[in-house]
Amino acid sequence: MNYTFHWRSAFQALPEMLQGSIVTIQIAVASMVIGIVIAVLLAVAKTSRFRTLSALASIWIETARNTPALLQIYMAYFGLGSFGIHLNSYMALLAGIAFNNAGYLAETFRGGLRAVPDTQTRAARSLGLGPVQAFRLIVLPQMFRIVFYPMTNQMVWAILMTSLGVIVGLNTDLTGVTQELNARTFRTFEYFALAALIYYVIAKLITTSARLAGWRLFRY
Amino acid sequence: MFDTLMSWNDLLFMLKGAGITLAITFWAMLGGTLLGVVFGLIRAVAPWWLNVPLGAVLDVLRSVPLLIQFILGNSLQAILGWQMTPFIIACVVLGLYTASYCTEVVRGGVLAVPATTRRAARSLGLTYRQDLTHIVFPLALRVALPSWIGLTLGVLKDSALVLWIGIVELLRSSQIIITRIQEPLFVLSVAGIIYFAMSFPIARLAARLEKRWHEND
Repeated sequence: MNYTFHWRSAFQALPEMLQGSIVTIQIAVASMVIGIVIAVLLAVAKTSRFRTLSALASIWIETARNTPALLQIYMAYFGLGSFGIHLNSYMALLAGIAFNNAGYLAETFRGGLRAVPDTQTRAARSLGLGPVQAFRLIVLPQMFRIVFYPMTNQMVWAILMTSLGVIVGLNTDLTGVTQELNARTFRTFEYFALAALIYYVIAKLITTSARLAGWRLFRY
Repeated sequence: MFDTLMSWNDLLFMLKGAGITLAITFWAMLGGTLLGVVFGLIRAVAPWWLNVPLGAVLDVLRSVPLLIQFILGNSLQAILGWQMTPFIIACVVLGLYTASYCTEVVRGGVLAVPATTRRAARSLGLTYRQDLTHIVFPLALRVALPSWIGLTLGVLKDSALVLWIGIVELLRSSQIIITRIQEPLFVLSVAGIIYFAMSFPIARLAARLEKRWHEND
């Protein structure tokens, strides 16, 4: 082995990388929020009586689940230009991950919705709630209890997916910052090992805090 | 609107890329499954002092972005001076990544076999190994196969990331064509359709298997 490790320079860049990891978390959280909202709509649309609506939902879900996330990000970055929509790499990454999240979460939510008994809706309706109210106040809270852990998994996935931003030229998130530092110093292994460590810590923080939050939120 | 500069040769180029994608998926799944079965069995039956560290190591592979794993694998082999081709690195890294998921699939399958069933098998005079091969394996397979197929689909899609270490697979080949003919939407749609055509039949198969195997439950 003919290589000397230089860990010091990597650790000196730690503040910059932590700054980048804030951007990473920002993108992941935003993509999750957008994804959850769209996924609820998709899950409802998929079980809708209107053929066109459920077909559109199926197309979204199957596309999101059966093509690579990177292809979806490419679509947002390169492909949308054909429609005159020019996104920068940050927005393209966000759009791509949100699209992906929505597709995966819609399937999770559909399972969750099926697990909420029909009688709940009927009881709510006979107590005088409107259809939207019954869904929002009775069915949705019970569904979120069921899908909470799959949702935290998706959140970790979203964090890991943000690393793809570097391929479409994003240089402010954790991987992007690391790649910039790498291009400046060629200490590839040291920098990326540190980035991997930061990703690991972020992922663990999310699972742990979700477990605590779930314990607090969903106790009877 | 529907005329394109993309030629049949370009399509052939993309299909060749799809072949590389499939090859990487195949080798990663082969290695990952073999390792995953071994690790999964260990995780299902081993005492805690072996189980916990193994689980922690495999958990790292699932909590670090795959792209960074490829970069680390690539630079590590350069540091060690192993002269491996990017293709081999891609297969090894993706295989380890697969193994970490496959371990959980196998472990879940083995643990889903009720302890009473295994005890019944042992009390009927089967040895430990007979119990594993004739009782645990068939029952665990039913639980694990649908998720294993799901894992295959995941690996097929994740293999797109190997473009970063310089392998021309399906997505990279479409990017090369885009650079030449400047029709990103069309070319990416074709790439998407090829990915879809590769993974959708497998997804259907998994759904059907799951339905058929659980109709008596």
